[in-house]
Amino acid sequence: MATVKEYAGAAPAAVASAVPRHQIVAFLAMLGILLVAPFFVYPVFLMKALCFALFACAFNLLIGYVGLLSFGHAAFLGSAGYVSAHAAKVWGLPPEAAILLGTAAAAVLGLVIGALAIRSRGIYFANITLAFAQMVFFSSIQAKFTGGEDGIQAVPRGTLLGVLDLRQPYTMYFVVLAIFLGGFLVVYRAIHSPFGQVLKAIRESEPRAISLGYRAEHYKLLAFVLSATLSGLAGGTKALVFQLASLTDVHWTMSGEVVLMTLLGGLGTVFGPVVGAFIMITLEHSLAQIGSWLTIVQGAIFVVCVLTFRRGVVGELARILRKPL
Amino acid sequence: MIILRILVLGVALLLATGPAQAQISDGVVKIGIMNDQSGTYADLAGPGSVVAARMAVEDYGAARKGLKVEIVVADHQNKPDVGSSIARQWFDADKVDVIIDVPTSSVVLAVNQIAREKNKALIVSTGATSDLTGAACSPNAIHWTYDTWSLANGTGSAIVKTGGETWFFLTADYKFGHDLERDTEAVVVKNGGKVLGKVRHPFPTADFSSFLLQAQASKAKIIGLANAGADTTNAIKQGAEFGIVRGGQQFAGLLVFLTDVHSLGLEKAQGLLLTESFYWDLNDQTRAFSKRFAERHRGAMPTMAQAGVYSAVLHYLKSVEALKSDDGPKVIAKMKELPTDDPVFGKGRVRPDGRKIHPVYLFEVKKPSESKGPWDYYKVRATIPAEQAFRPMDQGGCPLVKK
Amino acid sequence: MATQALFGQLLIGLINGAFYAMLSLGLSVIFGLLNIINFAHGAQYMMGAFVAYFLLSLTGLGYWWSLLLAPIVVGLFGIALERTMLKRLYHLDHLYGLLLTFGLALIIQGVFRNEFGSSGLPYAIPAQLTGGYNLGFMFLPAYRAWVVVFSLGVCLATWWVIERTKLGSYLRAATENPTLVRAFGINVPRMITLTYGFGVGLAGLAGVLAAPIYQVNPLMGADLIIVVFAVVVIGGMGSIMGSIVTGFALGVVEGFTKVFYPEASNTVIFVIMALVLLVRPTGLFGRAS
Repeated sequence: MATVKEYAGAAPAAVASAVPRHQIVAFLAMLGILLVAPFFVYPVFLMKALCFALFACAFNLLIGYVGLLSFGHAAFLGSAGYVSAHAAKVWGLPPEAAILLGTAAAAVLGLVIGALAIRSRGIYFANITLAFAQMVFFSSIQAKFTGGEDGIQAVPRGTLLGVLDLRQPYTMYFVVLAIFLGGFLVVYRAIHSPFGQVLKAIRESEPRAISLGYRAEHYKLLAFVLSATLSGLAGGTKALVFQLASLTDVHWTMSGEVVLMTLLGGLGTVFGPVVGAFIMITLEHSLAQIGSWLTIVQGAIFVVCVLTFRRGVVGELARILRKPL
Repeated sequence: MIILRILVLGVALLLATGPAQAQISDGVVKIGIMNDQSGTYADLAGPGSVVAARMAVEDYGAARKGLKVEIVVADHQNKPDVGSSIARQWFDADKVDVIIDVPTSSVVLAVNQIAREKNKALIVSTGATSDLTGAACSPNAIHWTYDTWSLANGTGSAIVKTGGETWFFLTADYKFGHDLERDTEAVVVKNGGKVLGKVRHPFPTADFSSFLLQAQASKAKIIGLANAGADTTNAIKQGAEFGIVRGGQQFAGLLVFLTDVHSLGLEKAQGLLLTESFYWDLNDQTRAFSKRFAERHRGAMPTMAQAGVYSAVLHYLKSVEALKSDDGPKVIAKMKELPTDDPVFGKGRVRPDGRKIHPVYLFEVKKPSESKGPWDYYKVRATIPAEQAFRPMDQGGCPLVKK
Repeated sequence: MATQALFGQLLIGLINGAFYAMLSLGLSVIFGLLNIINFAHGAQYMMGAFVAYFLLSLTGLGYWWSLLLAPIVVGLFGIALERTMLKRLYHLDHLYGLLLTFGLALIIQGVFRNEFGSSGLPYAIPAQLTGGYNLGFMFLPAYRAWVVVFSLGVCLATWWVIERTKLGSYLRAATENPTLVRAFGINVPRMITLTYGFGVGLAGLAGVLAAPIYQVNPLMGADLIIVVFAVVVIGGMGSIMGSIVTGFALGVVEGFTKVFYPEASNTVIFVIMALVLLVRPTGLFGRAS
């Protein structure tokens, strides 16, 4: 069974413990930019981009390092958003509890869907995840608490840990930044741990990994649940940022959008999904006047990426620098 | 053509360069038209609403009066998350003073929340939910053109009174569809009619044949369409195919616009009953306005949503001038205070709960033989006077209304 | 629910199934030979309807001409796509084909939406097929009867060509082992191109059939594609008969869902897909890989 082969070529030799220097430099550069950005750029825009960056990183864990294309990741983003929004608005939980609850819901959903889907591969895996995501979408329309197409609106941002008033845009921004960095580092750690090495081995050749004594199914499921959980973290945070949880986030086109972000940034690169998400959100922002142009540009990016640019922005950069990013 | 459209949309319209007035924030009255520029509701509001807003600015003579007015446009794609992030950005960063139009109830409710939070103004023309003057009413918002209650009331009561007492609903399985169905059913029952059945179809649905068979089997005289856009036109189109109208049943569209009838064609749409608050061929004033509009909008006559934007912008500017300020809630209060008068709706007023009132009409779509030409589609079946056309203030539960 | 009414719903289900069958047949043929999931199928179906509309409004050519010409136009468009883009992807994982055609679908739909708006354009039922038959349990519009008969004919003809003729045997052989077939002096790349054109042409043909029933609308294929996609997967990717049978069967299942649980009628196919894939990972008629 073929898997996605044209990833950016993260050096398999990268040893788990030592973080290469250029990656530290890249990380610090990203951190620096994100720390000063809100003072120059509209913070809500940045927060949106950060949420999607985390979502794309979580998705990349699956496609980039396990070679599984999920076409139903919106289910995790969206359902976590609903749970967090409901917890904050109706149950009056503080934001940290609301986000955690949403994340936990996505984890459970990920476990259920993952356990059922993980046996299939390639196109069939994409389809079965899509099927489950459609069911989640359907439940979101039918369930009372999700508010149908109105979604859950006017979700209070609340006070984090009883001290930080999240209604202040800068406070909210730095909390979102912290959540993003936390998620990003978890993904980084997972990829560069022995666990990540096994995942890569499975991606390259599942039978070989099995014959080496690894229980491939277990590893894949674990990666799937981790990916779903982090997607949920992104979704729960997003619901608080926008004070809204809506059907958009569970619709199948959202699953397509995260594929696009990851592909554009670079499948299987550490920083690619982040770059991809920022580019896409910027595009969406600048094309806000006409929705149909947005689809055309998105489509064109897909086509160009697949035809000539399969490594994505960061992947190409890594190739030029000859260093994995 | 595409490039032209980008230019038209993208370049904000700057009118005149009169002296900046101290009370107008940053010297410019900035109007944000937010609607669906490319999706299902693009034809009934979309770019046409922008044309209408521009006409209002020109007709008002903002330039002559030294008022600097700027119009910006955004596409919310009918998604509440997109709409709310545009609204935030407009209010926070782009200094927009008022958001106008906003179709799709879910987006309206989200934007309404934000306008209130940021203390800005919102005037809704295309958005339908009557919650805007009910539980969600706000000192920052006015609901201008029509609402779900007035549609349900106009269509429901007038039809039952003229003999359509048994109903079957085809309802979009969405909160908006449920609300429309619930409101209409209440009116039908109150007027002595009966609901024989209903079916809730997913949104969107392309094929209605199965639902139409169920409606046929019910033998109800009226098939109420509690849906919108492509769902409604598909249901009507396929209804013609399955001989619904020939079989003695009649469609009642609960949210049908002139552009929907135009895209269906009279052959398919004839006999359809619907409620609107504006039609281009009502009187000399509406005809004159609509003719000017059509010249600027590829020959299409204005829908009630687009005409409503014109009327709303006109009254907004009048109130800004009277107040000499563009402060959100103050202008809204002024708008409620001043009587309205425009070629679209004639004389009217805005109630304390934020409901603009004017007469509403029950129309029947003409037979092809009755139509004298393109866009000659409706005949008036009943006129509901302004005071009865909208939900009485004490029934909405709006906290702004003192008991 | 009376038995008579159920007959009506069964028939309606078959008619809708005819569209699923034709569309999934095209997808299946393409996947079988090219190993590409043609996500642009919905957009190409929409193009078929638009071509019919333009033939009528610009040149005055009516429905019957459209039935012949629109699939050719759309098919040629498909051939152009295959020659310029898709052929570069054959050596890659088929996920890339899916992503490319997904992008193409977005572009096509966006362009049409930009140019023609979204409320749809009218297209009338041809004069010869107006009216209908009273079957006692229901009124069957003549046009619907035509749709089911015609598409069944097209489906069976396609099946016959692929499974029973020499040309079909080349095709099937090329699916299994292109190098070997090429060694026999058969121009495999051209065969691939023509197959893609044919599959896309089928989508265009379905679009023409749909034009008089639905609004000719830029988004008419946008959500349909994932449903048809599901039909193909349930039937087994690449299985010709599988997609025909599954198409009709799922039309019927969906039809009955519309009676008993209408809210779920858009979702039922995905539930079935999940169940089928859990029990038979390669679909009902699929060969084990």
